[in-house]
Amino acid sequence: MTAEQWSIVFNALNIGFVQTLRLFFATLIGAIPLGLLIMFGRRSRFRPLSWLVQGLTWIIRGSPLMIQLLIIYYGPGLAFDWHPWGGGEAGRFSAAAAAFIINYAFYFAEIYRGGIASIPQGQEEAGLVLGMTRTQIFFRVKLLQMVKAIVPPMSNEVITLVKDTSLSRIIALQEVIWAGQKFLKGSNGIAANILPLLCTAVYYLVFNGLLTLLLGRLEKRLSYFK
Amino acid sequence: MMLEVKDIRKSFGKTEILKGIDFEMDQGEVLSIIGSSGSGKTTLLRCLNFLETPDAGRIAVNGETLFDGERPESAGAGELRRKRLHFGLVFQNFNLFPQYTALENVTLANLLLAKQQPDYKQNRRAITERIVAEAHELLRQMGLSDRESNYPHQLSGGQCQRVAIARALALKPDILCFDEPTSALDPELTGEVLRVIRGLAEQHMTMIIVTHEMAFARDVSSRVIFMDNGLVCEQGTPDQIFGHPREERTRQFLLPFIQR
Repeated sequence: MTAEQWSIVFNALNIGFVQTLRLFFATLIGAIPLGLLIMFGRRSRFRPLSWLVQGLTWIIRGSPLMIQLLIIYYGPGLAFDWHPWGGGEAGRFSAAAAAFIINYAFYFAEIYRGGIASIPQGQEEAGLVLGMTRTQIFFRVKLLQMVKAIVPPMSNEVITLVKDTSLSRIIALQEVIWAGQKFLKGSNGIAANILPLLCTAVYYLVFNGLLTLLLGRLEKRLSYFK
Repeated sequence: MMLEVKDIRKSFGKTEILKGIDFEMDQGEVLSIIGSSGSGKTTLLRCLNFLETPDAGRIAVNGETLFDGERPESAGAGELRRKRLHFGLVFQNFNLFPQYTALENVTLANLLLAKQQPDYKQNRRAITERIVAEAHELLRQMGLSDRESNYPHQLSGGQCQRVAIARALALKPDILCFDEPTSALDPELTGEVLRVIRGLAEQHMTMIIVTHEMAFARDVSSRVIFMDNGLVCEQGTPDQIFGHPREERTRQFLLPFIQR
């Protein structure tokens, strides 16, 4: 390929990667707090709620995210003739973000649950005998200890999420792999070529490298206590 | 009578841990509770601090009934929190908050409680300064002035336990309870914690101490309770219990100690 063709290729990949990043950040922003709510539901003393969450956890974690994407994007229309997502790339993005947020929130909830469980019962009791409310104990005592405990497993999930975003091409979201794949059959006056698709891996590698550094720093930042 | 405990009972499932505990305490008394593991000493302390709800019985402090098994608790969580503050509890495993410095551990609960004061908004600064000043003073009393900005993991077990004592004292409880305060410490560190508790006894702090340190119990207490199998088997002055135990079970329990 000529330099000019490469420039076309990278232009297309850049645009695709912006969409990848948007999906990535939307998922984190949505799933991190939603996971907390799900965890509270799972830990609820109201048994039916806990059971419901356990059932949903089984479904969400037990079935392929790719299928969940299809169900969320096409399901409402097929089942109820209801089209909540709107058309075009914006609609596909909304549906993909919803599917990713729900899926990752359930994984996060399980990680949070493990983090909470790792905090000794004595922390809660110490707070109680000091006259603190359960809310104060959660936010002032447990939360930071939980965050510290979950940073390593969350780092794993976050890095997986970067790559999982590519699943959204099943509903034709125009993320970076979708952009690279176009060139497999030839596009923009460039003959069929596999190199653009392979180049997408570099985007993931660089971004995950940055994330790894960032998460490592967060882990170090929290190492001031044990 | 500062503390009245009447017929406290507590079961976990089918296991009856407390089978009707009665005792009373005057202001400034130091009460040691001794007895073998599983005799219910810790459960009793946890009931006094409302970490466990007794199945039956009555607990009153300064004439105010805090718990009455006849009238099961209708009080909300806020009421329970207020009642708890009559008691302080020092745990066997310290249970310091690891992400806070020694000083912050001592001030945290007070700073949160202060927010409920009606004049908090106007006097925020003065209130905070007073709480911090009191914490400085408490840590000084504990011999930890140079450790204020250390995190718990940077402190020895004995230092942690002294921070925990300061933290409990910061809320000015009527009665300070200790649940085997030296059991998690190696012998070298036990002494410094016992010295601090002895110092509090000299200042006439009302205390209940669950302990396996017999020499200490004999020395520091004004009264000793020997618990066995969920009941108060015998109580009396340290001299009575350690010198002339009336009950066979007490003699048996104290035998290894007396022979020394």
